[in-house]
Amino acid sequence: MKLWKTLLAAAVLALATATSAFAARTDLVIGIPLEPPHLDPTAGAAAAIREVTYANVFEGLTRIGPNSEVLPDLAESWTVSDDGKVYTFKLHTGVKFHDGSDFSADDVKFSLDRARAENSVNAQKQLFAAIDKVDVVDPATVKVTLTHPQGSFLYNMGWGDAVIVSPKSADTNKEKPVGTGPFKFENWAKGSSITLVKSDHYWGAPAFLEKVEFRIVPDAAAAVPALLSGDIQAFPFFDPDSVSQVKDDPRFKVVVGATEGETILSINNKKPPFDKLQVRQAISYALDRKAIIDGASAGLGLPIGSHMSPANKYYVDLTGRYPHDVAKAKELLKEAGLENGFKATLRLPPTSYARLGGEIVASQLRDVGINLEIIPVEWAQWLDQVFTKKDYDLTIVSHTEPNDIDIYARKDYYFNYDNPAFNKVIADLELTSDEAKRKDLYAQAQKILADDAVVGFLYELPKVGVWDAKLQGLWENAPIPANDLTKVKWSD
Amino acid sequence: MTTYLLKRLAISLATLVLASIVVFAVLEILPGDPARLMLGMNASADQVELLRNQMGLNAPLALRYLHWASGLLSLDFGRSYTYSVPVIDLVRERLAVSLPLALIALALSTIIAIPVGLFSASRRGRAGDTISMGAAQLGVAVPNFWFALMLIYIFAVWLRLVPAGGFPGWSAGVWPALKSLLLPAIALALPQAAILARVTRSALIEVLNDDYIRTARAKGLPYRAVLWRHALRNAMIPVLTILGLQFAFLLAGTIIIENVFYLPGLGRLVFQAITQRDLIVVESVVMLLVAAVIAVNLIVDLSYAVVDPRLRSRQ
Repeated sequence: MKLWKTLLAAAVLALATATSAFAARTDLVIGIPLEPPHLDPTAGAAAAIREVTYANVFEGLTRIGPNSEVLPDLAESWTVSDDGKVYTFKLHTGVKFHDGSDFSADDVKFSLDRARAENSVNAQKQLFAAIDKVDVVDPATVKVTLTHPQGSFLYNMGWGDAVIVSPKSADTNKEKPVGTGPFKFENWAKGSSITLVKSDHYWGAPAFLEKVEFRIVPDAAAAVPALLSGDIQAFPFFDPDSVSQVKDDPRFKVVVGATEGETILSINNKKPPFDKLQVRQAISYALDRKAIIDGASAGLGLPIGSHMSPANKYYVDLTGRYPHDVAKAKELLKEAGLENGFKATLRLPPTSYARLGGEIVASQLRDVGINLEIIPVEWAQWLDQVFTKKDYDLTIVSHTEPNDIDIYARKDYYFNYDNPAFNKVIADLELTSDEAKRKDLYAQAQKILADDAVVGFLYELPKVGVWDAKLQGLWENAPIPANDLTKVKWSD
Repeated sequence: MTTYLLKRLAISLATLVLASIVVFAVLEILPGDPARLMLGMNASADQVELLRNQMGLNAPLALRYLHWASGLLSLDFGRSYTYSVPVIDLVRERLAVSLPLALIALALSTIIAIPVGLFSASRRGRAGDTISMGAAQLGVAVPNFWFALMLIYIFAVWLRLVPAGGFPGWSAGVWPALKSLLLPAIALALPQAAILARVTRSALIEVLNDDYIRTARAKGLPYRAVLWRHALRNAMIPVLTILGLQFAFLLAGTIIIENVFYLPGLGRLVFQAITQRDLIVVESVVMLLVAAVIAVNLIVDLSYAVVDPRLRSRQ
């Protein structure tokens, strides 16, 4: 009896090793913290939509790569006219949508015209604002004419909001997304999971994985046992505070990268006393970024001195502009006539970086005489009161859109900041495509924001990924919200 | 009995109408715009307005209430703002998880609590009573998310008997689906059982002091027969009341356990809908729950009459 058992165990073991040696795994379960409201990236801003569909289900003319670079996607190449206003895209041929219909230049025209139409509810409509007209030259060539040269046009076309959809399925993509990508949508069990399977007739290099399930795990405490039990093999966006529980386990890889999320202490620039430059500068001197990063994000995340990710190619290091200096902060407050300090409110949205960071910011500002009343708010409340109605003093939030320094030039944006010199730089940037000049303009823009101490620049939100050590090809950074699975595979 | 029933039904109906007005009004006052939530921080005010129109959010309040309430009458709960599917489909999917979960938890809690309560009451003041009531105290005090995590670490991570969370759906088979509900049901049942055991015990002790128990004992009935046949039956009324309350709670108040086990239950649907200002979903689900609570109360009231014949004649 005992011998039988041993033999059986040995046989099972041998079989298990043999199969794994012959073929690597081709299935994957990924944990995501938030369920997408729907699956159409052209009709909603939620990052969760892109974390499922970007590069997997939907593709654009161009795409953004793991290090923020612009790569060709459905357009295999393009030419730009000398005046920078006409882009001619040469499209891949033999491309099919998942429903079997053919992809052609007509779909490109349809998608771009749909996104910029009057009644469009595309969440990033400004990406298409410079487009004057879209012409189909032949089934494999499309010509986009802009009203003015736009340096960021090819980058813009790589956003999830600019993916190419088919007129047949455009209205049903929310529930049943149909794209041209290497994975096709299979099933969505609401509240539970979304399943993608490999597309049979993909035009490009086929994916390694056969089946991917995105499982929704809202609670960070549940993520650790889900990894340990092997139920879920990857959490590309893991809670920084839980990292210590898995970082010494050789079965897992912990990968800390950068996002495009500038975490800032937003200041209402029109509301006294924050309309005084000295007061805003005093706040900047009062902040100790190291302590905030340690407390709010487990020591992960890089300090920033202006509104630009350190991973971005246009980044200029301005973290030395306002070193942590309590005496200097008090002096500036005195200059502003506030030597006795003052009271203000700090509204905190529900994210943990805001709630944890808020406590630390409040204590740091108390050291220079600014007493903050902390008001926790829901996300919907924050959007309504702070963002839309601008009824706030201070708040903490992460601006996660890539390359979004232009928000400081927007009219009526919730910072209530208006500097003609800065607006001019942003307007020039829009019209400049020369890389060297763009770099210089971006540097100027960052410097103006730092000098004006428009907001308290805190740190770049880290992207903490934890996954099975045998899994390869997931992104380290998050230049845009995505879980690109096109190159993901299991090593043997 | 018939007039009693009719009266109860009329009261229930009035409660439903009143609840619908309160629920609708409260949620509409809540700050936050579902259209802005959908479009995020980069969309212009004009675009948000456009989407508000498309979602029908700009119609007058009273009109929207009437539209919604008349829909409810014909069991049309409207369409979710965020998911853009009928609310009833969402609820049906979630009930497939929440209802079995609540029933299993309730059964577990009853199976544990009644014997423990009986045992404790019959050994009042002795060591057995102290130990079981101490355990019940612990059961009430232990936070159930912590208890749930401990269950996960032992049975899912260490022993690998059940999955750590998630729900495969009933289409994956009855056993896999049941297996994934087992740990959450235990985590939910424990504090409920603890409360129920204490209620059973005190109800029994009260009854056991009554004269007729002494009479029954005096006429020579064995203690066990007295306990089961005479005492327990009379102690059932508070126990049934608590059970009714617990069922209503288990149906939608299990958000913490649903989060720990990432189960797609009704509690999480409501929670998510609140944060996304998917008001139509919140309003409709809350109304369904109000209806469920009223129905459960009605059933509990009627079951009093079943366990206690004296109540039948009084009505």
